[in-house]
Amino acid sequence: MNVLIEFVSQPWAWYVSGPMIALVMFFLLWFGERFGVSSTLETLCSIGGAGKKFSYFNVDWKTEIWNLVFVTGGIIGGYISVTILDSGIPLKLASETKSDLLNLGIQFDGELAPLSIFSWESLATIKGALIMVIGGFLVGFGTRWAGGCTSGHAISGLSNLQIPSLIAVIGFFIGGLLMTFLIFPLIF
Amino acid sequence: MKFIKYLLIGVLFGVTMTKSEVISWYRIQEMFRFQSFHMYGVIGSAVGIGVVMTFLMKRFRFQTLEGVSIKEKISEKGVYRYLFGGIVFGLGWALTGACPGPMYTLIGAEMPVFIVVVASAVVGAFAYGVVRSKLPH
Repeated sequence: MNVLIEFVSQPWAWYVSGPMIALVMFFLLWFGERFGVSSTLETLCSIGGAGKKFSYFNVDWKTEIWNLVFVTGGIIGGYISVTILDSGIPLKLASETKSDLLNLGIQFDGELAPLSIFSWESLATIKGALIMVIGGFLVGFGTRWAGGCTSGHAISGLSNLQIPSLIAVIGFFIGGLLMTFLIFPLIF
Repeated sequence: MKFIKYLLIGVLFGVTMTKSEVISWYRIQEMFRFQSFHMYGVIGSAVGIGVVMTFLMKRFRFQTLEGVSIKEKISEKGVYRYLFGGIVFGLGWALTGACPGPMYTLIGAEMPVFIVVVASAVVGAFAYGVVRSKLPH
């Protein structure tokens, strides 16, 4: 058992992770659902009563509960990964990325995300709060406008050879490159 | 009880994304700077297998647990909503280093502050629902 836990605890290579994500998609299709996380954001609005004033949210959210259960599993999976399955091996970031980020004043700290930006202390600063709040807002707004996120468009949609998903993924990259190369130098 | 299977698959999803560091802000930066193959390998191999799997499921009329054909992701035609919505999403993805799946997972991966990012994303989804009739689709 310990050997197995140790084996699974190593950082997973892309050729393990990609097939596992495909396996997750297989199970969801087999269960009669679809793989797409961002619709949960909308479901949360519906549960919160947004449907009373805005017909867009006036849907039968009970048929979407499975997806909220799925993301709850995701949260638990995240916890298991950093506790029972923690290897203690720090993330191996490309040295070019390290030096590019250092030029922006962001020191690589070996965490999943830089604690200098993503922590409660940072949330108490104007800059940190703006990054988290505006960033989250853009993700939520954009994903509903585009009708899907990385799971729904890049993985499910491209797997089903949907042209709209390809356009969305191109959009994801345009936005990501604009943020990384034009906006990051202005805010960091 | 019928939800247990979704919970377990969700756990598998969360472990996969965390152990392969897909939920890392640094890995997303590496991806947008084209400095590592990792993220392209993850998404590329998932899509490669997904294409074959979806094709075979449709070709051989694979049945779900309830005995019906699979739900396909079918998007209505159009360009603007996918392009502009995609760009807005991409801006947020690079800034927070997390798309919706990883955002939730990070809360569990001892980064609880991401609950603020998820809450903001819910507000963003709500804002879209409010102004959607004024946006090009």
